[in-house]
Amino acid sequence: MSQSKAVLTKALAKKVRKHVLAMTKRGNSSHVGSSFSVADILSVLYGRILKYRPKKPAWDQRDRLILSKGHAAAALYAVLAESGYFPPSRLKSYYQDGTALSGHVTQSGNPGVELSTGSLGHGLGVGVGRAKALKLAGSAARVFVILSDGECDEGSIWEAALFGHHHNLDNLVVVIDYNKIQSLASVADTIKLEPFSDKWRSFGWSVQEVNGHDHKKLSQKLEKVPYSKGKPSVLIAHTIKGKGVSFMENSVLWHYRSPQGIEFDAAIRELEKL
Amino acid sequence: MRDKFIQTLAEIARKDRRVILITGDLGFKVLDNFKKEFPRQFINAGVSEQNMTMVATGMAQEGRIVFTYSIGNFPTLRCLEMIRNDAAYHEANVKIVSIGGGFSYGALGASHHASEDITVMRSLSNVTTIVPTGLWETEEATRAIYNRRGTCYLRLDKDKGIDIKNSGAFHLGVPRRINVGKDLAILATGGIISEVMGSLKTLAKRGINPSIFSVHTLSPIQERGYIKIAKEHMALLTVEENSVRGGLGGMILEVLARYGAVPKSFASLGIENAFTKKTGSQNYLRKTHKIDAISVAKKAFMLLGKS
Repeated sequence: MSQSKAVLTKALAKKVRKHVLAMTKRGNSSHVGSSFSVADILSVLYGRILKYRPKKPAWDQRDRLILSKGHAAAALYAVLAESGYFPPSRLKSYYQDGTALSGHVTQSGNPGVELSTGSLGHGLGVGVGRAKALKLAGSAARVFVILSDGECDEGSIWEAALFGHHHNLDNLVVVIDYNKIQSLASVADTIKLEPFSDKWRSFGWSVQEVNGHDHKKLSQKLEKVPYSKGKPSVLIAHTIKGKGVSFMENSVLWHYRSPQGIEFDAAIRELEKL
Repeated sequence: MRDKFIQTLAEIARKDRRVILITGDLGFKVLDNFKKEFPRQFINAGVSEQNMTMVATGMAQEGRIVFTYSIGNFPTLRCLEMIRNDAAYHEANVKIVSIGGGFSYGALGASHHASEDITVMRSLSNVTTIVPTGLWETEEATRAIYNRRGTCYLRLDKDKGIDIKNSGAFHLGVPRRINVGKDLAILATGGIISEVMGSLKTLAKRGINPSIFSVHTLSPIQERGYIKIAKEHMALLTVEENSVRGGLGGMILEVLARYGAVPKSFASLGIENAFTKKTGSQNYLRKTHKIDAISVAKKAFMLLGKS
């Protein structure tokens, strides 16, 4: 990817973060940290990697993206709006009464959303099912599933990982938003995932790692999937929870806290400088 | 019922290549022919019911009609949230099939008794729930869930149940009248209806000829049919091989209460406590849980004031 393309996806990520901040402020809602953590991954995918036609959400050759960490819904809605699936003005309804844009990813009424999520550990299983069906149909479309790290505590993730390997689903790509903080404490202090890449490798996946906020490197890694023919790919993206706003970074508090008042003002000032 | 289901599904799969059967590593010998004839329409997901249900949803989202297959509580309770959040929420064409309703796998122990699945599955939005009484209804039900869009649950007994001939067509949501009688109506769901039929001789000796209905559909239901049944009989008895809490009995009471049509004389027979200390065959357990033919007759006498 040339530098100018990285500039474009970075600009997209900046818009996404600003939307997320405004959405969670208006909704007085949580998960701003999780949304900032995944904002660059989503922006590179939608800005550069995925094949899709926003005016034809059901286009059968599109790449399918499942955000399994459904609590980062604000970031997904924002990137879909900025990618042309629906007008960004609709984001104002996020978390409001009568909205289709609920606090966890909801498919119904929201073009571009492939799967409603929110309970963790569901996206990969559905993703392997879709990848299997696409293979059977001889389709060239790919399936991308974004997981959180805490989500990998769920046994269902590993059931799906076994299936993906057994069925040689090299049309399936998992990106893990590895920000190393989960609901109450750090991943290391909750349920250790390390050696994380070895776990995936031992499950038969081809594994790569990347800085999940470096657009150029993210793009390079995502452009060369599958990493091995006949194997599903996993990209472990090292990220920072709350990335983009200094006082939100690496903080469990901002898994829950809603940006209000002077905190909102300070956050928006920092985002403007990105 | 199991073999009839597989045979019917094979007939469907032969004509419709969208159909996929996923097993959770069960069905020894039973699925061999299906696998052989339809290698591209058969998947063994391994011992992973959660993943089986998620995979089914994903494949359904790509245009397939996917049947998941296992026994007892494995394809239902074990992966309940996958059924709710993935299949049902997305109105995915996932057809969940459980072999071994109630005490079908009696002596294997309570882990293998499906004693709450009817209660749980019928409470889910967007899940059509069907419990056939015998082979004929099993075939009808298999075709019905194949033809119906969205998520369905089919609960089958391991054994063949009981076939009652000349009893009218199979209409989803509508109870099937199996015997025309008066005063008392007995409503049963699934193979346990054989116990109801087994009580008829005893009842006849005391001059009782009950109406009998197969309630094969637990969700959705056509409510007015039940109001009519309540109006035409002075007593109602429900019989199910499922918890007495929230299953067939609960469903009938919900409907009748909504219309102020609960008869003075009403009783539900079902499983009071799933975890008894002694286990045994299906027949043994039906006796000890008091849902066998003798218990049906006794309850009928009580309802009609003849005990």
